[in-house]
Amino acid sequence: MSENLIEFNNISKFFGKVIALKDVTMKLKKGEIMCLLGDNGAGKSTLIKTLAGVHKPDEGEIVIEGKKTVFDSPKDALDMGIGTVYQDLALVPLMSVTRNFFMGREPLKGPPFLKTFDIEKANQIAAERMGQIGIDVRDPSQAVGTMSGGERQCLAISRAIYFGAKVLVLDEPTSALGVHQASMVLKYVVKAASQGLAVILITHNVHHAYPVGNSFTVLNRGKSLGTFNKKDISREELLGMMAGGEELDKLEVELEEMNRLNS
Amino acid sequence: MSDKAKSIASKKTSGQDERLKEVSKLRLLLNRPELGAVGGAILVFIFFGIVAGDTGMFSAYGTLNFLDVSANLGIIAIAAAMLMIGGEFDLSIGSMIGFAGICIAIPAIYWGWPLWISIIFAFAMAVLVGYFNGILVVRTGLPSFIVTLAMLFILRGATLAITRLITGRTQVPGLRVLIENDPIAWMFATDTFKWLFTWLGSMNLIALRTDGTPLATGIPPSVIWFIAATLFATWILMKTRYGNWIFASGGDKNGATNVGVPVGRVKISLFIGTAVAATIFATIQVLDAGSADTMRGNLKELEAIAAAVVGGCLLTGGYGSAIGAAFGALIFGTVSMGIFYTDVDTDWFKVFLGAMMLIAVVFNNYIRKRVTESK
Repeated sequence: MSENLIEFNNISKFFGKVIALKDVTMKLKKGEIMCLLGDNGAGKSTLIKTLAGVHKPDEGEIVIEGKKTVFDSPKDALDMGIGTVYQDLALVPLMSVTRNFFMGREPLKGPPFLKTFDIEKANQIAAERMGQIGIDVRDPSQAVGTMSGGERQCLAISRAIYFGAKVLVLDEPTSALGVHQASMVLKYVVKAASQGLAVILITHNVHHAYPVGNSFTVLNRGKSLGTFNKKDISREELLGMMAGGEELDKLEVELEEMNRLNS
Repeated sequence: MSDKAKSIASKKTSGQDERLKEVSKLRLLLNRPELGAVGGAILVFIFFGIVAGDTGMFSAYGTLNFLDVSANLGIIAIAAAMLMIGGEFDLSIGSMIGFAGICIAIPAIYWGWPLWISIIFAFAMAVLVGYFNGILVVRTGLPSFIVTLAMLFILRGATLAITRLITGRTQVPGLRVLIENDPIAWMFATDTFKWLFTWLGSMNLIALRTDGTPLATGIPPSVIWFIAATLFATWILMKTRYGNWIFASGGDKNGATNVGVPVGRVKISLFIGTAVAATIFATIQVLDAGSADTMRGNLKELEAIAAAVVGGCLLTGGYGSAIGAAFGALIFGTVSMGIFYTDVDTDWFKVFLGAMMLIAVVFNNYIRKRVTESK
């Protein structure tokens, strides 16, 4: 089990003169949840897009199950088992749960050249999969627009898993959610990891990351500040390490100052 | 605390599910995009049934008349609806109709091509124009409104200029004699079910001419094309993978791209679809009239979009139906012909068209809010 499912070794990405990522290294085992923390502009988006095959790294290598790999396109990454769930979820609110679930990968039936979308099978699978997460979809033809934010997030994750993701890359899955919804999503993430997936959870919310993560990588201005196991680092230390920590301390001091002057 | 929270949450969920089940049938019906158009069509028929029931509007001849007008509009409205569901507009449909007309007439009359080759030539040009529209929109990322507005002027201008250059005038007559024995033209120029109408006539069930032949000779080709197009488009939208891609491309272009939908190809094919539909429209009209006119199809693109909107298509894409567009076209066709049978001045038709569209947009907006509303 010491074998890493996926490794990102010294990944760098430059956009002209801008160094978006520099020497970022991450290693994940099966069943591991790694939280990627960083403030806005830390390079999280660039890293996600590199993982998803949108950008090619300028330096470094990606190793999947011991094999060095180059993604030429997002589809390549998908085929290699990297399932990325973007912040916009790639869900169409006006379309049904089923039609969203199978969007772009519809099951077909019928003779060649007259193949039709097997909507019965799709409905059945979608309802079954959503049921496994504990979302009771009585009517898989209901529009996704009627679902809550947490349910939508879970739908997107469930879809990525169904279509063969071995590594789940989740971009800010809880950022737009309330407490209840966020905990529903995080619970599902833990469940997915316990079934043998590796999860990279990108967030700037330490409070969401800390309870579920096994390890934490902190990005700051395109560089990794290192990867830490949960037992080696506290929530406060993590918070402090993200640029936000210092800033918040400063803010606190400033606010106190203002209060004193006002009173 | 968490247990308590859970129990409250589960209660809430089960409560919602019960309600969902109870109203689901009505809700499903209410959420269908074509609901407004079907209801509107029924109202229109009731209205004319009362106002013009005894005027011959609903005789065999009268019915075929308004069906023919509806069907012609319907053919382009369905293609426009599919493109709208895919998230784009085509304002060049009307100009394409004029262009396709001369693409048939000039080769057939002036260059001595067989009629069927001219017709195929027109369809080939349609594919080219549609492809060009599509690739421009997809590659440049410009709004299709602007791109196809440009194409509206370019095509109409080119149609006029080329026709005058070659023929010295703006109309090309003389096609009727070429229809007979042509291997393709019959598909666009033959009334079907003639035997049925002859029989109905012989039984004195429908009106006859003085020579004893029925006034209504058969189902016009436009109606057959219209029905076929409605069925085909509905099948594509509801039953095929490509149909799902159309909804996805219009609903959320980026999302669809991220999950592997070839959005660009889908949109280009839909632009080809509207241009081809315009050419079907043009072929039927040109063969029926026996002549091509450079101004043919003027403003038809707006009527097609209006019918699609009345049929439940959202202007923002991702939602709509071919059946809805078909009923939208039926409403317009019925009213535009029916108005002749009433005492109302026909000038009021456009007022009606505009008012219908406004009501439809308000109604559609409401539906979209219902569908996208969070719990």
